[in-house]
Amino acid sequence: MIEFTIWDILRNLLLATRWTIALSLVSFIGGGLVGLALLFLRISRRKWARAVAKYYIELFQGTPLLMQLFIAFFGLGLFGIDVPAWLAAGVALILWSAAFLGEIWRGCVEAIAKGQWEASASLGMGRLQQMRYVILPQAMRIAVPPTVGFSVQVIKGTALTSIIGFVELSKAGTVVTNATFQPFTVYGLVALIYFALCWPLSKSSQILERKLNVAHRNH
Amino acid sequence: MSLIEITDVRKSFGPNEVLKGINLDVEPGEVIAIIGKSGSGKSTLLRCINGLETISDGSISVAGAQLLDDEAHLKALRLKVGMIFQQFNLFPHLTAGGNVMLSQMVVKKTPKPEAEEMARKMLERVGLDHKFDAYPDELSGGQQQRVAIARALAMQPIALLCDEITSALDPELVAEVLAVVRELAAEGMTLLMVTHEMRFARDVCSRVVFMHQGRVHEIGPPEEVFANPQTPELKQFLGVH
Amino acid sequence: MNYQFEFGWLFEYYPQIVKGIAITIQLIAVGAVAGISLGIVCAWVRALGPAWAKPVVAAYVELIRNTPFLIQLFFIFFGLPSLGLQLSELQAANLAMVVNLGAYSSEIIRAGIQATPKGQFEAGSSLAMTPFEIFRHVVLVPSLQRIWPALSSQVVIVMLGSAVVSQIAAEDLTFAANFIQSRTFRAFEAYMVSTAVYLLLAILLRQVLGMVGWLIFPRRAAR
Ligand SMILES: Nc1ncnc2c1ncn2[C@@H]1O[C@H](COP(=O)(O)OP(=O)(O)O)[C@@H](O)[C@H]1O
Ligand SMILES: [Mg+2]
Repeated sequence: MIEFTIWDILRNLLLATRWTIALSLVSFIGGGLVGLALLFLRISRRKWARAVAKYYIELFQGTPLLMQLFIAFFGLGLFGIDVPAWLAAGVALILWSAAFLGEIWRGCVEAIAKGQWEASASLGMGRLQQMRYVILPQAMRIAVPPTVGFSVQVIKGTALTSIIGFVELSKAGTVVTNATFQPFTVYGLVALIYFALCWPLSKSSQILERKLNVAHRNH
Repeated sequence: MSLIEITDVRKSFGPNEVLKGINLDVEPGEVIAIIGKSGSGKSTLLRCINGLETISDGSISVAGAQLLDDEAHLKALRLKVGMIFQQFNLFPHLTAGGNVMLSQMVVKKTPKPEAEEMARKMLERVGLDHKFDAYPDELSGGQQQRVAIARALAMQPIALLCDEITSALDPELVAEVLAVVRELAAEGMTLLMVTHEMRFARDVCSRVVFMHQGRVHEIGPPEEVFANPQTPELKQFLGVH
Repeated sequence: MNYQFEFGWLFEYYPQIVKGIAITIQLIAVGAVAGISLGIVCAWVRALGPAWAKPVVAAYVELIRNTPFLIQLFFIFFGLPSLGLQLSELQAANLAMVVNLGAYSSEIIRAGIQATPKGQFEAGSSLAMTPFEIFRHVVLVPSLQRIWPALSSQVVIVMLGSAVVSQIAAEDLTFAANFIQSRTFRAFEAYMVSTAVYLLLAILLRQVLGMVGWLIFPRRAAR
C-alpha cells in the first residue's frame, strides 16, 4: 500500500477546493441576478407577480437543497439532454440562492421608512425611479451584512453537489478517504478548509452589521 | 374655475369611513389652514389630493385635470402639487443639493447643470444655500424641513400641501420654517396647510377649514372662524366658551 | 419530451416511504429537543458561564456554523471510530443533528438574551437572586419567547438539511427515495414525491413549533 503524507492529502483537497470556490461564485452571482428579479416581483404592485415570487420562495426554502439537486439532475435529463453534474449543480444552486437572496433583500427594502416612498411619489417619480434612485441606494447599505452572511450558506451548500457526482472539496474528501483509509484526518482537513473559506465571510458580515448599527445610532 | 376642486370626496379604510363627503374649492393664491382634532381626517384629505391615497368616492381636480389612479395621471398631478411632510422625509443618502436636484433630473429630465442651478436658487430661497453639500443628518430639524420645502419648490408646483410641517420641530425651530411659508404666501403660492399654529393661521391664511369627524364642520375667513365660532365643536376646539 | 410519468410504484413502495418519514421525524424531534437544550446551555455559558468555558463554546459554535453539515456528519460517522467511538448510522445522524442545531440555536438564543433590558438583571439582583437564578427564572423564558420565530425557522432549516443523512445510509425519507429510484428507475417521480413530502413536513413543523410557542410562553408578557 502506498503511504500518503498529510501534504499529499492536503494538496489533493486544495486542488478540488478550486471547484468549490468556482461553483460558489457562479451560484452566488447567478443567484443574485435571479434574486433581484424575484425581489422586483415580490414588491410589485401586481398581485400575481407578488404571488409568483412568494410561492417560488416558499417552495425553494421549504424543500431540501438535496432534493432540488436531484430534481435538477434527473429532471433536466427528461428533456433528453445528458446532464453533466456541474450543470445540474449550478442550476439548482442558482435557483436556491435566488430564493434566499430575494427574501433577504425584500426585508431590506421593507425596512426603508414609508416616508421615503411617499416623498418620492409626491415628487412625481414612478415606481422604478423610486426604486432606482431612492429605495435601493438605502436598502443596499443594510443589505450588505446579511448578503455576505448568506454567501457562507452558498459555500456550504456546494458540498451537497458531491452527492450528484460533482467533484469538489467534499467529493475529493470521500475519494481521498477511500484511498487512504484515514477518514479522521481527511474529513478533519476538509472541515478546516471549509472553515477557512467561510469564517472570514461570517466574521466580516458580523463586523459590517455592527458598524451599520453604530452608524444608525449616530444619525 | 377654481384651482383645486374637491367634490363629495369620501375615503374609507376598510369599514372605517374617514372622509365623509368633503367639498372644498381653492382659488389660485389662496392660503388655507386646515385645523381640527387629531383623527379628524386632515392628513387623509391632503394625502388624497396628492394621490397618496385613492379616494373611495367623489372627485378631485387640479387646474382642470381630474385626479385618476394611474401612473401617468398621478405624475401629472404631482408635478402640479407638491407636498411637505411632518417628518421631512429627506433622502438620507443624498446631500441637501442632491435632494433638490434628484426629482428634477429624474422626473422632468432637466439636465444636471440646470437642475443644480435651480437647486441653489431654491436653497437660497429658504436661506440654506450654504448647506448645499450637507447631508440630512448634519442638519437641524428646521433646516431639514426647509430643504424639503426647497425640494418641492424646485418642481415649480402651482400649489403646496403642508401636513403639520412644524409639529416634529423643537419650539425654537418653528419660526424659521413658518417664515419661509409666510414668504411663499406673500409671493402668491397656493397653500393648503394642516397646522396647529393658530396665530400663524390667523395672520397668514385667507380661509380656515375646521374639520370634525371627516367633514368640513366650519369654514370661513380667519377673523370670523376664530372670533366667532358657530358650532360647539369648534368652540371647544378653540377653547372659547 | 416523450417521458411518461408513472406513479404506480407508490402502491408497492409506500411502506418504505412511511418508514423514511418516521425516521426523518424522529431525527428532527431529537435534534430539536436536545439541540435547543444544548443551545440554551451554550448561550448560558457565553452570557454568564465560567471564563474558561467561553472560548471553548465560541470555538464550537464557529466551527459548526462555518462547515457543511455533510462534512460534520462524515466526520462523526467515519472519523470518530478512529478515536474509538463507533456509532450506528442512526446514532451518528442524531448526534450530528444535535451538534449542528446546538450551535445555531445558541447564537439565536444569545441574541435573545442580549436584548433583555438591563433593568431585568438589576431587578433580579435587588431581590437577592444569584446570577443563575436570574438567568433561569427572569431572563430565559422572555429571551426564548423573543427569538422563538427565528429558532423555529432554524429548526425547519435543520430538518430540511437532514436529507443528507441518507449518505451514511441512515434510512430517512431521502434514503427511501434513493432506494425506490434504484429499484424502479423512476428517479424524477420518486424525488418529486419526496420533495412534496418534505414541503408538507416543513409546513407542518412550522405549525407545530408555533403551537409549542403558544403553549410554553405566557400569552400577555410578549416583548
Ligand atoms: N392607512 C390607514 N389605514 C387605516 N386607517 C387609517 C390610515 N390612515 C389614517 N387612518 C385613520 O383615519 C383617521 C384619520 O386620520 P388622519 O387623516 O391621519 O387624521 P388627522 O391627520 O386629522 O389626525 C384616523 O382614525 C386614522 O386612524
Ligand atoms: Mg395628521
